[in-house]
Order: sequence, then structure tokens, then C-alpha cells
Amino acid sequence: MVSESNLERLLTDGQFVVCGEMSPPQGADKAAILKKCDYFRNVVDAVNLTDNQTAIVRMSSVMSSVFALEGGVEPIMQITCRDRNRLAQQSDILGAYAAGVRNVLCLTGDYMTFGNHPDAKGVFDLDSVQLIHTVADMNEGRFLCGEEMKTPPRMFIGGAANPFAEPFDLRIMRLGKKIHAGMRFVQTQPVFDFPRFDRWIKAVRDEGYDREAYILAGVMPVKSVKALDYMRESVPGMSIDDEYIDRMKSADDPKEEGVRICVETIKRLKETPGVSGVHIMPVMWESITPRIVEESGLLPRPAGGQPE
Amino acid sequence: MIVAHRKNIQDLKSLLAQHKRILVLGCGTCVTVCLAGGEREVGMISSALRIAYKLDEQEHDILELTIERQCENEFMEQIIENVQNVDAVLSLACGAGVQAMAERFPNTPVYAGLDTKFIGILQEQGIWTEKCAACGKCVLGEYGAVCPITRCSKSLLNGPCGGARDGKCEVSPDTDCGWQLIYDRLKAIGQLDRILEPAPMHDWSKSHEGGCRKIVREDQRIVVK
Repeated sequence: MVSESNLERLLTDGQFVVCGEMSPPQGADKAAILKKCDYFRNVVDAVNLTDNQTAIVRMSSVMSSVFALEGGVEPIMQITCRDRNRLAQQSDILGAYAAGVRNVLCLTGDYMTFGNHPDAKGVFDLDSVQLIHTVADMNEGRFLCGEEMKTPPRMFIGGAANPFAEPFDLRIMRLGKKIHAGMRFVQTQPVFDFPRFDRWIKAVRDEGYDREAYILAGVMPVKSVKALDYMRESVPGMSIDDEYIDRMKSADDPKEEGVRICVETIKRLKETPGVSGVHIMPVMWESITPRIVEESGLLPRPAGGQPE
Repeated sequence: MIVAHRKNIQDLKSLLAQHKRILVLGCGTCVTVCLAGGEREVGMISSALRIAYKLDEQEHDILELTIERQCENEFMEQIIENVQNVDAVLSLACGAGVQAMAERFPNTPVYAGLDTKFIGILQEQGIWTEKCAACGKCVLGEYGAVCPITRCSKSLLNGPCGGARDGKCEVSPDTDCGWQLIYDRLKAIGQLDRILEPAPMHDWSKSHEGGCRKIVREDQRIVVK
């Protein structure tokens, strides 16, 4: 254990963990976060607070994470390289830790042109591997420049992996780089393509990476076939098996079918060697999380799921 | 070479509206090669401006001239008289040439007729592509001579990001994923091991982030005592 993260504690204890995800509001609305916390409290072990995802401006992931703590939910603060340089990243880590945040997910960030400020200047001072390295250094009491700090943070460090993108060898190689840099848990893109996911997780096991970092597989409940089509066409790096498109298309009640697919996926992932948990990301449909966790047979969550 | 692209004629027309005698000045080096600001483009832009002003029933004298390089004093010396006889210069050079002209002729308004785009190459007839971001600390040797800073949209030294698809960048399906190119190239030359270890942070202080740059070489300087 490097942190006081409950997520880390559960993973260390060998529990199959469940993470959720919530989008901070597009406004100065703290109540919106507290309301969403009701969907997650005692239902999942930790929740991602996204950082201007798809390059659309929202409340900062730092403050949203702090509000999630107030709402009784353990936050996983996402932090991208797109909007901050190494100074801002380190200062946000310090502030977030001081406020009680114990998990951080280091990402590159979606490109500016996807969002609502396409003319913005992207920062990309560090890349996500270097950001992971930075937080690992900070955990050991050093700033990136080498200077020592008196009160270091102790963050549980996560990163992302895409099992579905090519070139395959390079993806595995990059996962290794992130682990080498200090990543201790991984969240993947949502699984809608088991042949590819199985091939990836096998390569991960063959390298022994599943023993060096906890692999949390992504899942996503969708409401319609349109959502799947959109992801296949427009979301970078996604892969969707035709099976799911056909099932959603022919379903009498697509919402129910979306839930069914998600629950089946979780159950199958739970039986997949090398997978330590799931990361449920219902985009703008957070309220469905409790039902999915329950139908997946993952309730009640292990005790101690509350932040101090 | 430095690659540039012509500004919109209507914008140039309003930018220059207050000046009666205008010298449209081409540059014979990079921007000639990339077909943006050479002698031929001087002729085209001058004609377009003449027509645009005429349609507005405005009187403007548009003069045409092209020198070898606007970024070197030696060539600017040749046109001192021409510049003295006009109210303004529309420079079809890159950003360096425009500013060199303004420094050489401190009392003459100088305007940019081009948008300077990048350091790049002619990829195929009619297509120019960016290859170098002039970051000041070249890492090409470590990446099989494919630049991660320029060719990857996010300038990742430890790429690729999760967004690449079928070898294309998430930013545009018309753009190759820089990291796919790096991977293919290193594999082809048997040097994949170069990217096994995490690459350290880039030293951006050598780029424009370190302030406006200057190179001083004492061995090349002529010091007048």
C-alpha cells in the first residue's frame, strides 16, 4: 500500500473492484455533483471525475473530486496533459491530496478540436507516461525538478490503456512503460469486442503486467444502437463487435438490452484471469449504475468504502 | 523549406486601403518553391488587388518586385529606392522576411501578404506537409528520423495515445498517426528497442517557450574595434 486509498486497499485485499464515472457539470453547480453521488454511494468503490472530457469545458476535476468526497464517494481524479503544464499538474496534485483525494488517473487528453473551444492552444508539456512518473516522484517526496518537498502526497496512481487499437505490440509496450513509470492501476476503453480484449489481456498476462498493476476493464451501458454506431464511427480508438450492434438493433426495448449487455460483459470480465475489476462509464446516464452493479451480483460492496 | 499560404485578397485589400502606392514584394527562396510568394504570385496578387480596388473605383498604384531573399540585408539593399518611392510594402515573404524588411525600413509600413505555416516539404504535387517544429532540441535520432513532436498531434514522446485508428490520427483521418510511422520505421531498421524505456521530458526551454531565440557564434562574428 502506498496510499490511504480505499480502492488500493480493496485491490490489495484481492477484491474484485467496481469503479463508476461522473461528468462534472457544465456550470458552477456543486449540488449537481452531490446529487450524482447518491447513485454511487455504497454502490461502487470509487468514481472517476473526468477532466474536461472530449475537450468540453466543465467544472474542474480537482474541485469536483473534493465535492465527491463531501458526497461520501471516493474520487479518482482524472488529470490530462492537454490543459496544464508540469507546474499546474504538480500544484493540482498537491491541492487535491491536501483536500483528501487519494486516487489520480493520468491521461493525455482528447484533442482540442473535438470540443467546444476548438481554437484553444493545447499544452502537452508532459505526456501521460511522464505525468505518471511525475506523480510517482511526488509520492516519494520530490518535485519533478528534483527538489524535495516537506509534505509529500501519497497518491494511488492510475492510467489508461486501449486494448483495441493498433499497433498491438506498441500498445503492450506502452503499458509496460506506464507501469515502469509508476502506474499501479489501469482503466481500459469499454469492452465491446471480446476477441480483441481477450487477445490483449493474454498478452498482458504473458508479460506479467497484471501482477504489477491492477487491470480494471471498462464497460459502458448504452441506451440505443445509435450510441454504438456513434462510438464505432466517431470515438477515437473504439472497436464494437457486430454482435452488439445486431442485438441493440433488433431489441424491443433497447435500453433494457443495453443494461443486459453491460451486465453480461461484467460477469464475463469477472471470470477473465488478469482482470481485477470493472470501470463502469455510463455517459450521461449515471443513474443506471446501481442497477448494473446489483444485477452483476457485485452488491453489497465490501465495507470501508467510505472516505474518512 | 518554410511553407506559407496566401492570405485572402479581400482582407489584404482592406488592410492596405489607406495606402496609395503599394509595393508587392516577392521572395525568391522558400515561398517561391512552395508557390506562395514568388514572382508569379506577386503578379497574381497585384492583378487581383488592382481589380478589387478598381471595382470600388479607388485609385491605387500597385508596383511589383521580387528579390532573392527578404531575410538577408544584402538583397534588401538592392531595393532601397523602390521602397522609398512607395507608401507601403506588401511582403510575400515568410514571417522572418516580413520582419527583416520592417527592421531594414523602419519608416515604411510593411504588411504580411502570407500566413507562414510550417517547416515542411512538398509531399506530392500540390500537397505540402509539416515535418519540423523547430523545437530547438532534435530527437530524430531516437525515433528513426520521424519527429514525435511534429508528426504526433499531441507531441507525445511516449506515444501513441489511445485515439489512433487504422494508422490515422484522432484529429483527422487525413493525417497519419505519427506513432504508427515511428513504430513502422523503427521496426524496419531493427531499432524498436529505442522506444522500450520511457522517454524523459522534453526540454521546452530550447524551443520558443524559452523566449525569443538567438544563436551567437563568436567564430563567425565580425567585430569592428
